Amino acid sequence: MSMFDGLKYRSVSSPIHSIDPRAKFIYVCILFVIAILFSQLIPLLIILVLQVPLVILAKVKREWIRLLRGSAFFALLIFVMNVISLYFYGGGQSLEAIIERALAMSVRFMVLVESFSIFFLTTSPDMLSLSMEQMGIPYEFCFAFTTAIRFVPVLAEEAQTIIDAQRSRGLDLEGGNFMRRVKNYIPILIPLIVNAIRRSLELAEAMESRAWGASKKRTNLYVLKMGKKDYIFILISIVMLISSIYVWLTVKIPSITQILQSLM
Amino acid sequence: MIEVEDVYFTYPNGVEALKGVSLKIYDGEFVAIMGQNGAGKTTLVKHFNGLLKPTRGRVLVDGVDTRHTTVASLARKVGFVFQNPDHQLFSETVEEEISFALRNFGFDENVIRERVEWALNLLDLAQYRKASPFMLSGGERKRVALASVLAWDPDILVLDEPTIGQDSYQKEKLRQFILQLNQQGKTVIMVTHDIEFVAECEPKVILMANGRIVAEGDAKDVLTDPEAISAASLIFPEIAQVFLRLNDLGFPRKVISVYEAKRLILERLRPVMRL
Amino acid sequence: MAIIEAKNLSYTYPAANSPAFKNVNLKVERGEFILLTGPSGCGKTTLCRCFNGLIPHFYGGKLEGELIVAGLRTVEHPIYELAKHVGLVFQNPENQLFALNVEKDVAFGLENLGYPRDEIRRRVDWALKVTGIYNLKDKPPFELSGGQQQRVAIASVLAMQPEVIVLDEPTSFLDPLSAKNILEVIHRMNKDLGMTVILVEHRLDLAARFADRVIIMNNGEIIIDDEPRKVFLDERVRLIGIGLPKVVKLYLLLKESGINLGRTPLSPEEMYESLVEVLFHDRG
Repeated sequence: MSMFDGLKYRSVSSPIHSIDPRAKFIYVCILFVIAILFSQLIPLLIILVLQVPLVILAKVKREWIRLLRGSAFFALLIFVMNVISLYFYGGGQSLEAIIERALAMSVRFMVLVESFSIFFLTTSPDMLSLSMEQMGIPYEFCFAFTTAIRFVPVLAEEAQTIIDAQRSRGLDLEGGNFMRRVKNYIPILIPLIVNAIRRSLELAEAMESRAWGASKKRTNLYVLKMGKKDYIFILISIVMLISSIYVWLTVKIPSITQILQSLM
Repeated sequence: MIEVEDVYFTYPNGVEALKGVSLKIYDGEFVAIMGQNGAGKTTLVKHFNGLLKPTRGRVLVDGVDTRHTTVASLARKVGFVFQNPDHQLFSETVEEEISFALRNFGFDENVIRERVEWALNLLDLAQYRKASPFMLSGGERKRVALASVLAWDPDILVLDEPTIGQDSYQKEKLRQFILQLNQQGKTVIMVTHDIEFVAECEPKVILMANGRIVAEGDAKDVLTDPEAISAASLIFPEIAQVFLRLNDLGFPRKVISVYEAKRLILERLRPVMRL
Repeated sequence: MAIIEAKNLSYTYPAANSPAFKNVNLKVERGEFILLTGPSGCGKTTLCRCFNGLIPHFYGGKLEGELIVAGLRTVEHPIYELAKHVGLVFQNPENQLFALNVEKDVAFGLENLGYPRDEIRRRVDWALKVTGIYNLKDKPPFELSGGQQQRVAIASVLAMQPEVIVLDEPTSFLDPLSAKNILEVIHRMNKDLGMTVILVEHRLDLAARFADRVIIMNNGEIIIDDEPRKVFLDERVRLIGIGLPKVVKLYLLLKESGINLGRTPLSPEEMYESLVEVLFHDRG
């Protein structure tokens, strides 16, 4: 299991999974705005922690943590870069302030990544495509989207088979200098591309044979209808947004350093 | 010789494809490995040239443990012809395609020229030497793939589903070709679910199901064994289906060949002829 | 009126030197089960693609002569219209499934045709039940076996309820047991639903028993067109190199040796019955 499993749809039955993708998308956008709004560590940590119950409800704890671990590297990078830039160009702030500021930036990054993660973990590509369709995106685009996803495992398997076939003919994919290694990938790429083209021809035949393009007004087996649950979810998100803006406008949020100093 | 010693194999995604397989394939044998899709046949043969290494147990090719050597060096001895030729064709000409492996193995240019010539003639492809492999028909592409493997003259040949997409004329030619290679001393291992083809070739048959070997023996014995066939989710060869029922009338059960069937029926109907 | 009628049909692919098939004359009545076979390159696959209009509309090229399917001249109607009357199932099951679950795939054609949702639902459930895969309806295609995938492909064509279904070597990639099961499904569609079936197959041992007629092509021409029992007795079949079922080969060998088993067997069961009769007759 890699870090990327944190962004791949996980099929379980949970209350979050059944929420309309459009409602979830609004939630992600609002979270995005809130995360950008605040640059202090405390509110950002609060937002990060507030997502945890959502994750537990969605039964995707394992994958979410995996993504957390994976993005830790980038978070660290952001932390270091911020410390360095604040130190040299920050206008003489104390070390504690710099560290806190940099930490806040890292946490903001994590919040953004994690919110997208919840969205993708709980929304099947099918539902995603359906919501795209119902939002008015042309069907051809949605179809290309789901078909591409449907064929990802197939193409991955085919790539492995091609690699196996060429290795069985003595192809060495490991040794040699950079140029040689690039050249050695040609026997892999060409069959991959040729087969992809052949495959799309067969797909096109099958599509045509199933009346592709018959009607301008294409219907759908499934339909996404926003229900009470979805509206409540959107309402909660909007409330979050409004209260965040209120706090941002009225409350002077202390930094942790200031709190610690006042305690001493 | 290939020795498989209590091999277990689990794919990275957690699927256990081989659950304790032990097997010996001697030099010069002709073996068919059969079973349903997903039984583990392809997984097993991929251990013979080191593409896969056992999770538990070991595989020895001519005494060498496959875990301690490279795919390239094993490939010199074990030639693998994959099911779909389009998974390996990439060159501008058929000639170049056939010389690809020879170059990888470090053969001398002169030797390469000779071998390519030989392979082209062996598989009736000389006229297509300068043609692009992509422009050839399905059957021709299969021959190019086969030629490119035979070119380096491996001792052991593994064919993965060689009869798919072939008409009966092509299958008959393939059958004769395989028998010829085997007679010349090559070990031939065929992974297939084409029962009628196997019934015609009459090799040693190994049946697999759910990652295990469920039967092993002569084609005649294995392909007429109801328990084995049922365990491997296969069907009996046509002739066997007839004779399994004729068994009640005193006919032998283990018949898979048309000619043997004819002989037995004539014997029964014309005992006079035996005089 | 015949459901398919071809008169002097010839076709040449674009940029090809010679025709893929020529002078094809063919009449298929409603409800018939036609088995179409021949060596590789004989033109059978190309002919199949004419029935639903892929040729000439998708492939271009030169189509001469006349082809009328379900009362429509194929050259005059777009593929999406012909698709309502002629369904085409291809060799490779994987490249016919585009959706992320089975029932969405089966619904695909009906969605394209703009049917109302409840009608789609009804037809999808029906098609899934006929092909015996109703329990798989929520599964993604990648998790299905080849035989199951092929059933999905058949169901998705069936859902459009065409009069004719054409299948181009549907069992090529399947193991013998799955092949047998798929042919059973096709047989039931022909028998129970009255669909006209055109099946391109090499596995005559499994398919011949269901066919009303066997058509054999070679080098772009129809050589033989008759009932299976008569076709298998034809000399020309052996010369072309068609793979006769083993029981037919046995029948012919015995015939050469003077043993007459009556009618040509189309299955091991029929061969067994004929043998038993002869053996008992002989004893008596």
